[in-house]
Amino acid sequence: MSKVNELFEKKLSVVNFGIESFYQDLLKQNKPAIHVDWKPVAGGDKKIAGYLRKLRKPPLGEEIAQANQEALRRILAAQPTLVGMSTAGEAIPGMTPTTILHAGPPVTWERMCGPVRGAVMGGLIYEGLAKNLEEAEALAASGKITFSPCHHHDAVGPMAGVVTYSMPVWHMVNKAFGNDAYCTMNEGLGKVLRFGACDQEVFDRLHRMRDVYYPVLKQALERHGEIDMKVMIAQALQMGDEAHNRNKAGTSLFIREILSDLLDTDFSMEQKQAALSFLNNNDHTFLNLSMPVCKCTMDPIFDIPHCTVVATMCRNGTDFGIRIAGLGKDAWFTAPAEIVKGLYFPGFDEADANPDLGDSCITETTGIGGFCMAAAPAIVQFVGGQVQDAINYSTQMYEITVGESNTYKIPALDFRGGAVGIDLLKVVETGIRPIINTGIAHKDYGVGQVGAGLVHPPEECFRKAIEACAQAWT
Amino acid sequence: MVKLEVRKNAYFDSVTLMIISKDVKKLPGVKEALVGMGTDLNREIAEKIGLAGEGFDSVTANDFFVAAECDSEADFQAVVAKVDELLNKKAESKAAAYTPPTLEGALKIDPNINMAVISVPGKYAYEVAQNCLEHDINVMLFSDNVTLEEEKALKEYAASKELLVMGPDCGTAIVNNTPLAFANVVRSGDIGMVCASGTGAQEVSNLIDQLGGGISQLLGTGGRDLKLDIGGIMMRLGLDALIHDPKTKVLTLVSKPPAAEIAAQILDQAAAGGKPTVVCFIGGDPTEIEKRGLYAAVSLEDAAHKAVALSRGETPEDFTGFAMGQQQAEELASAEAARMLPGQKYVRGLYTGGTLCDEAMKLMIGKLGHIWSNIPLHPEDLLENARNGSSKEHTFLDFGDDEFTVGRPHPMIDPSLRAERVITEAADPGVAVVLVDCVIGYGSHEDPAQDLSQAIRTAKELAAKEGRYLAVVASVCGTEGDPQSLSGSQMKLANAGAVVLPSNAQATRFAQLILDRL
Repeated sequence: MSKVNELFEKKLSVVNFGIESFYQDLLKQNKPAIHVDWKPVAGGDKKIAGYLRKLRKPPLGEEIAQANQEALRRILAAQPTLVGMSTAGEAIPGMTPTTILHAGPPVTWERMCGPVRGAVMGGLIYEGLAKNLEEAEALAASGKITFSPCHHHDAVGPMAGVVTYSMPVWHMVNKAFGNDAYCTMNEGLGKVLRFGACDQEVFDRLHRMRDVYYPVLKQALERHGEIDMKVMIAQALQMGDEAHNRNKAGTSLFIREILSDLLDTDFSMEQKQAALSFLNNNDHTFLNLSMPVCKCTMDPIFDIPHCTVVATMCRNGTDFGIRIAGLGKDAWFTAPAEIVKGLYFPGFDEADANPDLGDSCITETTGIGGFCMAAAPAIVQFVGGQVQDAINYSTQMYEITVGESNTYKIPALDFRGGAVGIDLLKVVETGIRPIINTGIAHKDYGVGQVGAGLVHPPEECFRKAIEACAQAWT
Repeated sequence: MVKLEVRKNAYFDSVTLMIISKDVKKLPGVKEALVGMGTDLNREIAEKIGLAGEGFDSVTANDFFVAAECDSEADFQAVVAKVDELLNKKAESKAAAYTPPTLEGALKIDPNINMAVISVPGKYAYEVAQNCLEHDINVMLFSDNVTLEEEKALKEYAASKELLVMGPDCGTAIVNNTPLAFANVVRSGDIGMVCASGTGAQEVSNLIDQLGGGISQLLGTGGRDLKLDIGGIMMRLGLDALIHDPKTKVLTLVSKPPAAEIAAQILDQAAAGGKPTVVCFIGGDPTEIEKRGLYAAVSLEDAAHKAVALSRGETPEDFTGFAMGQQQAEELASAEAARMLPGQKYVRGLYTGGTLCDEAMKLMIGKLGHIWSNIPLHPEDLLENARNGSSKEHTFLDFGDDEFTVGRPHPMIDPSLRAERVITEAADPGVAVVLVDCVIGYGSHEDPAQDLSQAIRTAKELAAKEGRYLAVVASVCGTEGDPQSLSGSQMKLANAGAVVLPSNAQATRFAQLILDRL
């Protein structure tokens, strides 16, 4: 008896590649069948498919698979913990009074997009380095200011992601690996620095944040002690957040966590109320906590040799950049950022949109945000209107990841863990790009957010990265 | 005018409201509209687009508001009505089920997958098939343009793991009563088939069903399996499985005549298996078959008759006649022939099934001598430019051959090109008989008889206008259980004026009877 005879005794379960009607015919007969939405590897690009073959070939292929398992292990083992607050100047490595950190991969002043320029000029005025926009523009162009990506300084920033010396920052530590991550406080919606707004209203708010709210929050956290952020994000996912574009639950949970200690601080009731209102009136307060959580979760995978897991995805409004764990922190693979497909606020359309911007897709890199879209039915209309679409997006991400989260679970997927550890090789193989849930900035500085929607990293980033892997390792 | 309606303490999520804002803005007489909760952001937007009119100050974050700049009060009421309509609309779920992009993804959904049907473009087929085999999944490879080297590599690897590779270019299989790709709803039974030909397998299995027999398994091998290069790897694997299959009592092998060396191996293996075996090497020499005590079939139909007889424990006899009886067939043929003009003397066989076309030519070549074709029996009878040129004398065309499928689906899926050709042939005054097949079942067009019967009517009318009578002889390859229904399809063709025979062999013999009478 051969295995073919064993097949004769089993229930036939069919997978169909190609002509879809063969699959439909099986469905009509109530036969178990799955249709594969097959596409040629690497979109039929022979050169790229060749790199993929080389990298998959034993023994390298096995080394890569093992390295990726190690990356998954480290990501899942992370213990992101909020330990307190400080100012950027005190805490962030390499920060100087004339340093301005920005979102995304490295970019020069000349190539910066409108919102980032606006935020840079705003940051210079806020720090007192320039009196007005004219001075700020001249100073920014003078070469006296050091521009550097947040990602080079254990930091992340939403949208323009501008961090200046005196700004207060949340301080996150990954207790499992001892590495830090920092992020500013979220300013709220509307006219805000991260969207490039740079007028008096913006400066006034930034000053209140530094002088009024920060001291209260810093002390509240000192009283409270460390906060396990992983558990909090896991809870937020159960409550309808995906921790990138929807942060209502996370914000509420965070306030509940610190409320008693905040009220116990030494400040006047008025100041405490102001600080509390600042957190409470902004649904996105939690975004600037979930981002450094993700940042400190991902950074420990950088030193794993032959690891093809995507360690960073970010954008500066001009370029989208990714970094691959096994190629190290200095190797950026960039391509022009894409325009976000989405829903625009009344009065705006795609013509107003700046290309994709911000470090916030560190959330997707870590397996939440768009990857957990099925957890946030309230915002699925951004993706086309139906809960099933969100479920499909989240499900599709399992095709390009190394594993699944043991903590960040999605109720709508029967509490399946979210897809974790984007594997460059799988992205190239399937042509499925990571899905990012994001806000849309106006292309001109000072206008602010004009919508929200979905975007992908450009294919070119992954093509360049796989070529670099093949050249470095074969 | 700028109008405002506020509803206190009503909550709707912001994304819904953004979509509604966009929709109501398209209403006539509406210049600008904003529907939302009175959040700071929305209030700021309202200011900016000039909608923060009278009463707007009192809107709070807990209030739902509709603000619009419109031409009249009536326009605003239309806006409010539209907003209510959209808020209350229940979305019909039209989101599609999830389809994974890779085999790995499919296996996560169903780890028990044990058969892959692959019809991707040939140049990618090897990798897809190899990946399936590596996951211990049997393969039915419908794709063509797979190289011999690739086929051999796949089959050798599969054989080493005792997995099936049915194909490449395999259109038909029925495994565990599941018809795959182009296959029919055939009764379950004790006849096991291994076939190197798609429509040949369909014809035999359908006739078995019509004769009251049934199929245990129908395995395909692809047309090249019995060539020397491949060596019959899958025919031997399939044969071995059926020999050991307790549900299979009778074996039936269908193929074009294989290389002698391979044929000997296969026949030896079948003879050693000890189960009654019918062998249909279409148009091949019966000697090697019969000397091993196996039963040689003279046609696909005959293979079905013999297999069913053996399954019933009867002694099989050659079937070369007509189900309606020889005499009635001759009378009918005479009646058809009598209506033709002198000069009408040729047959044009127009086929969607390649093996049926091949079988018909082999049944007729003895009397006709030469048959032009795009799949000629003799190289010198090759009809050049078959698709766009014209037929000559006796011509048989396989519409499933490469020339006809460039940039088109297979004619069993899209039979329109063949239907057009029926009409084209009718215009040729030398044509006496158009001989056609009509393959139904899963995989095939949802109603090929409909398309074909229209063409038959038009063709007959065209000939009649020019004073000729055009005979159309047809057979339907299918079963009563097929979605298109055998009798329904036969009826459609008969109603269009075709003479419908129960098998391709009978249809071919009937066409010959007409020609004999001209």
